[in-house]
Amino acid sequence: MNISVGISDWKICKPPDSLVTYALGSCVGICLYDKVRKIGGLSHIMLPDSKNCGDGLATNRMKFADTAIPDMFKKMLSTGAVKADMTAKIAGGAVMFSVATDRFNIGERNIAAVKAALGAIGIRIIAQDVGLNYGRTVFFYPENGVVKIKSTTKGEVSI
Amino acid sequence: MLEKYEDLNEMHLDVLKEIGNIGSGNASTALSAMIGREIAIHMPSIKILGFQEAIENNGSPEDIVAAVLVRLKGEVSGMILLLVEQEFAENVLNVFFGEKDIDLLKLNENDVSALTEIGNIMGSAYVSAIAQLTGLEIGVETPSFAVDMLGAIMSVPVIEFGEVSDKLLCIDKTIEIDGVSMKSNMMLIPTVDSLSNLFGKLGVDA
Repeated sequence: MNISVGISDWKICKPPDSLVTYALGSCVGICLYDKVRKIGGLSHIMLPDSKNCGDGLATNRMKFADTAIPDMFKKMLSTGAVKADMTAKIAGGAVMFSVATDRFNIGERNIAAVKAALGAIGIRIIAQDVGLNYGRTVFFYPENGVVKIKSTTKGEVSI
Repeated sequence: MLEKYEDLNEMHLDVLKEIGNIGSGNASTALSAMIGREIAIHMPSIKILGFQEAIENNGSPEDIVAAVLVRLKGEVSGMILLLVEQEFAENVLNVFFGEKDIDLLKLNENDVSALTEIGNIMGSAYVSAIAQLTGLEIGVETPSFAVDMLGAIMSVPVIEFGEVSDKLLCIDKTIEIDGVSMKSNMMLIPTVDSLSNLFGKLGVDA
């Protein structure tokens, strides 16, 4: 089964299941993978930091890089993943409209926050396809750890 | 004082619908004058949507759309987002340049300028109608243009409002050209703070 991960959402699976999140813009998709036990997790974060956010709105921990990533990591550990065998691949963080009007440059901030959150839990990023100005759909196959990225202008790439 | 979109009551929603009606009416008149075709609009709908719903409201996440983003500044902040689908782009570019068989992913510079200008004119007309109605000072920033997957385009408003809300307020409408309904959604996405300004000027308790 191809399990769909929405905006501000994360899911974990094992083969033969796989994960997909559609049309990442400035959001970032984070694929965590235990290559030995073939456990995969895909998180689709929207914003960098839960601490910048209004009262009561930080309740959706899946929305932010700083909360979603450690939560998904812990869940993967509790389902049997081992940190020493885990790596990450990330994609997204584009600037959809020209930089002049994208005053927040949220794509870049999201990428930086994702890297910081992965650094904090000690997980290495082994591949990435981030930034630039186009949307990306991310497929993640825990069978072999391949992350396939589909975009409208660049076709398909696997990382 | 309104704090979140979910606090809006029936009366608020009716007022916003009327604002959408007046604004989009004005925008359509501007478009009609520009392309010399008859434009009809449907009664706008007003929706408070979760992030995923805001995308699905306009199609599938991977649908290819062109979009013009116009940011608002002044006493009403937020944005107007014009989503241009294939058929609509074909129609207007046909009027401008006699072009047929438009591929949204292969637009040339003239096509992009024309579509951006349409977004600009419609956005400005929309905003000036609201400004006239309310006496609020509302300005627009230089519009920007993108063609991509719907979900990626919609991530822009979703993210920008994500820090203050888990919902989006969309006042949207569909445009009809020469009796042919074609989907081109124009969304007014105001910030929560701006709503209090709007209601205050219109004498509606916020």
